[in-house]
Amino acid sequence: MPVSKSVGARVKRREDPKLIRGLGQYVDDINLPKTLHVAILRSPYAHARIEKLDTGAALRLSGVVAVCTGPELEDKIGTLPTTADNPTLKIPAHHVLAIGKVCFAGEGVAAVVAEDRYTARDALDLIQVEYEALPVVSDPEKALTPGSPVIHSEFTDNLAFSWKHEQGDLAKAFKQADKIVKQRLVHQRLAPIAIETRAVLARYLPEAKELTVWSSTQIPHILKTHLAQLLKLPENEVRVIAPDVGGGFGCKLNVYAEEALLGYLALTLNRPVKWIEERRENIQATIHGRGQVGEVEVAVRKDGTILGLRYKVIADIGAYHQLFTPAIPPFTGLMLSGCYKIPAMSIELSAAFTNKMSTDAYRGAGRPEAAYVIERIIDRVAQELKLDAVAVRRRNFPKASEFPFKTATGLAYDSGNYQLALGKALKLAGYEKLRREQRKLRSRGRYLGIGLSTYVEICAMGPGFWEYGKVQLEPSGKVTVFSGASPHGQGQQTSFAQIVSDELGVALDDITVVHGDTGQVARGMGTFGSRATAVGGIAVYHAAEQVREKAREIASHLLEVDADDVVFSDGRFSVKGVPKKALTIQQIARQAQETGDSSGKTAPGLAAEYQFEPSNFTFPFGTHICVVEIDPQTGNIAIKKYFAVDDCGKVINPLLVDGQLQGGIVQGLGQALYEGVVYDENGQLRNGSLLDYAVPKATNLPRLRLSRTETPSPVNPLGIKGIGEAGTIGSTPAIVNAVIDALAPFGVTHIDMPLTPQKIWRLCQGAKAAVAGGRR
Amino acid sequence: MIPAAFDYVAPKTLDDALRELAARGEDAKILAGGHSLLPLMKLRLANPKVLVDLRKIPGLTGIKQEGNKLVIGALTTHYQIESSALLRRKCPLLNETARVIGDVQVRNRGTIGGSLTHADPAADWPAAILALAAELELAGPKGERRIGAENFFLGPMTTVTEATEILTEVRVPAFSTRCGSAYLKMAQQASGFAIVGAAVWLRLSPKGGCEEIGIGITGLSEKPFRAHAVEQRLRGNKLTAKLIDEASSLVADGSDPLEDLHAAAGYRAHLARVYTRRAIQEAAKRAVG
Repeated sequence: MPVSKSVGARVKRREDPKLIRGLGQYVDDINLPKTLHVAILRSPYAHARIEKLDTGAALRLSGVVAVCTGPELEDKIGTLPTTADNPTLKIPAHHVLAIGKVCFAGEGVAAVVAEDRYTARDALDLIQVEYEALPVVSDPEKALTPGSPVIHSEFTDNLAFSWKHEQGDLAKAFKQADKIVKQRLVHQRLAPIAIETRAVLARYLPEAKELTVWSSTQIPHILKTHLAQLLKLPENEVRVIAPDVGGGFGCKLNVYAEEALLGYLALTLNRPVKWIEERRENIQATIHGRGQVGEVEVAVRKDGTILGLRYKVIADIGAYHQLFTPAIPPFTGLMLSGCYKIPAMSIELSAAFTNKMSTDAYRGAGRPEAAYVIERIIDRVAQELKLDAVAVRRRNFPKASEFPFKTATGLAYDSGNYQLALGKALKLAGYEKLRREQRKLRSRGRYLGIGLSTYVEICAMGPGFWEYGKVQLEPSGKVTVFSGASPHGQGQQTSFAQIVSDELGVALDDITVVHGDTGQVARGMGTFGSRATAVGGIAVYHAAEQVREKAREIASHLLEVDADDVVFSDGRFSVKGVPKKALTIQQIARQAQETGDSSGKTAPGLAAEYQFEPSNFTFPFGTHICVVEIDPQTGNIAIKKYFAVDDCGKVINPLLVDGQLQGGIVQGLGQALYEGVVYDENGQLRNGSLLDYAVPKATNLPRLRLSRTETPSPVNPLGIKGIGEAGTIGSTPAIVNAVIDALAPFGVTHIDMPLTPQKIWRLCQGAKAAVAGGRR
Repeated sequence: MIPAAFDYVAPKTLDDALRELAARGEDAKILAGGHSLLPLMKLRLANPKVLVDLRKIPGLTGIKQEGNKLVIGALTTHYQIESSALLRRKCPLLNETARVIGDVQVRNRGTIGGSLTHADPAADWPAAILALAAELELAGPKGERRIGAENFFLGPMTTVTEATEILTEVRVPAFSTRCGSAYLKMAQQASGFAIVGAAVWLRLSPKGGCEEIGIGITGLSEKPFRAHAVEQRLRGNKLTAKLIDEASSLVADGSDPLEDLHAAAGYRAHLARVYTRRAIQEAAKRAVG
């Protein structure tokens, strides 16, 4: 039976039937006999010395098996890891439970292990802690001013690290400029709010010497390596399983205290232990994203040509480094050129310790900040020079012929055609007509706003991060694919099967994709940075290719012709010119299992593994256009229309790409309009639950009109780029630009996110008052 | 999100439930839909020793017409009200209010009686029942009593309901001809509760003047209230845009607006004026249409 070409087809997600019927297996669905339950006592103070910690009463509660505190674990569990290739980096000891003092509200102070969750929770109330409050450092800018209280006494200040980049003659650029446009921009902290909070289950089998940790993680293999180090175990005695994972968005690209703690408890108590994070803990003690305050300054000619850009930014990294904390803000610096030719650039980044939860990777991870800076300042330039926002963008785009395009930040964008995507989006939106409508409505006192963002992002991490794939043809002719990527919603059980289906000519239903278990998949890195398909998929592709070529060799022997004379098509190897003389790949699989090719030249079995590391990152791009209407009386924003033309190179499955974009755009909308973790000056969370922390709801969503251009990437054989984060990166500036465009008649030039109705109403009021005052 | 231990009883008759409440006093909490109480218990902000579940008691659920009154059982869910064809004909303000409460799950489980006795100052129902001058029927150890909506709420999370009493039904007038109503709110994005909500019920005279009007405001201050000053300004007058504007501007006078992360006091007061004006305009339009 001929197998139709699968890559490029809108194949429905194979993972969904199980998930939408509630048959997924998340960590909390896994019930092992005699499991104990863990609850964590967390600090109510943002910064305090622990004067007394008495766990006696908790330990005496019936059903409590153990209570442990930081000092008891100091020698048992290592300190939590972080990436450390920045020479300026200061790394404070980050223990799994606080020792001596706490540095943010929500830091773990003690852990209770009990027969059930209820008892564990009850016991928390019996732990007595006396704190002596210390001065709190909540604001990252103040944290870096001389005289600020210092959070970590082993250092002289709160500067966690710095990062600088300069290229081109900036002084000359600013001297030659017709205009200098400046803007201060705040990228508020966001809570990732995966639907499934973090969850860990750990079991130790002493006879087998196997510690198995089930964790809701994006990186089982990386976690395994770190857990072995943290718990001082040989790596081959640790197995990490990521079962179904209910969303990550970067917040599960980490090594958390609880993962190490549960591993330790399983080892020492000889019973399985489980911890399911509560939603309030999730907002307190799971990493936050964004958290930067910067000032951008651009030197422009009056025709809109950008001559130079300067950006000074402070990153609020929280009290400790989590796994990739120091790596995220530099991404903002690297991507600050956006999709524009900017000959001279200078970026100065300072990262501040504050008495808050750590920031780390959250969907986009540094790139949404960059896109926001450059897309906002482009709009400010247009506003200042009274040019159309489209014209300023077009003026500064590199031409399609200039790729690979080198930026002043030192990157080489792999491929692109920014004019094409912009043009298509303008046409899709009916841009000129929208502008006419805007003018008409304004004259009637209605405020329509049209916002653009022409973004580019860096993904498919990338050089330095390989991915592993293995393809195995079973004797039955079925195919098992093993991937080191760890999909948790991205749909690679479908897209990887599509890739392999085309390479081997095997039906999708005959392909199983295995991932998320270090006991089943030899090596891996995981799913983050929009890399799973563009790196992991390529590893799978090459492995499939090798399997096919080995099958061809066996076929050539069995068909008694040269390998060059064997034609492969739709899963059949046939003799060139004699199509009836053929063997299916399934027939070869059986033969291979038994004897290889019986010539002794090829080993038995039909499997191949491949580790792919790309030579460069990929740079997806696109144009988003948002149309809003503002009600100046209430400040309410209605999103009337949303158009997106995205280019992620070649597309394996358009349905998956659309899904990633829809989710991404909505998350970007959340940052633009609703979200923001608010700490007060005492480091207390003011919106630490979903009653107060606002995420987008289904009823808030605009109808999205999605389209694509397809500029293949040269860095991998499938020409794919990655689409996991593009929506989030492209949407936020488009929405903010639209709102500010709507408010132009009120003289508004910028509003910091989230654009709440209250802020908008105030600005409209202020403008009205100014107008009234002018009349007097 | 783990509650402390509690007992649970599910009496089969109202009398049994009342006896249970009399016996357990302040230790007991009534479970109706559970959508306010259970979250509080999971946060250990409420730690009742016993939950008295009313859902096994027949007769507390449902919507019926008695003469020119509509009677809504206290255990009727928001969704049952939202989807009631009888109410859509006779008192559409209730459908409209129910439709914007929380989300689908909350509307499927939460009840009107539970919400009213919980008395969250930002809940939606108080606005509607104040506008309609509803009567609330309470059953207690000494028999039944009927309380007007305006006398029901005492403050945030407090009503006149005694610990030994159970709210059994809500009685509202059926709409006659030339009646119109509207409920408009600015919802807090995270919780869905009203930053400000304005419910308006009105009846026009044959000549188009405002014959009768009720306006209920929620979210603005610690206690939902009826906007008498606004009503008085409109009652007996033709509802011109100018008059509606003038009258609405009075809505927050004398109130002490709440202030929180989502809305400052001044913004809340302003929103109350805007939403009141728009709700009156909409109700008047519907009364004509």
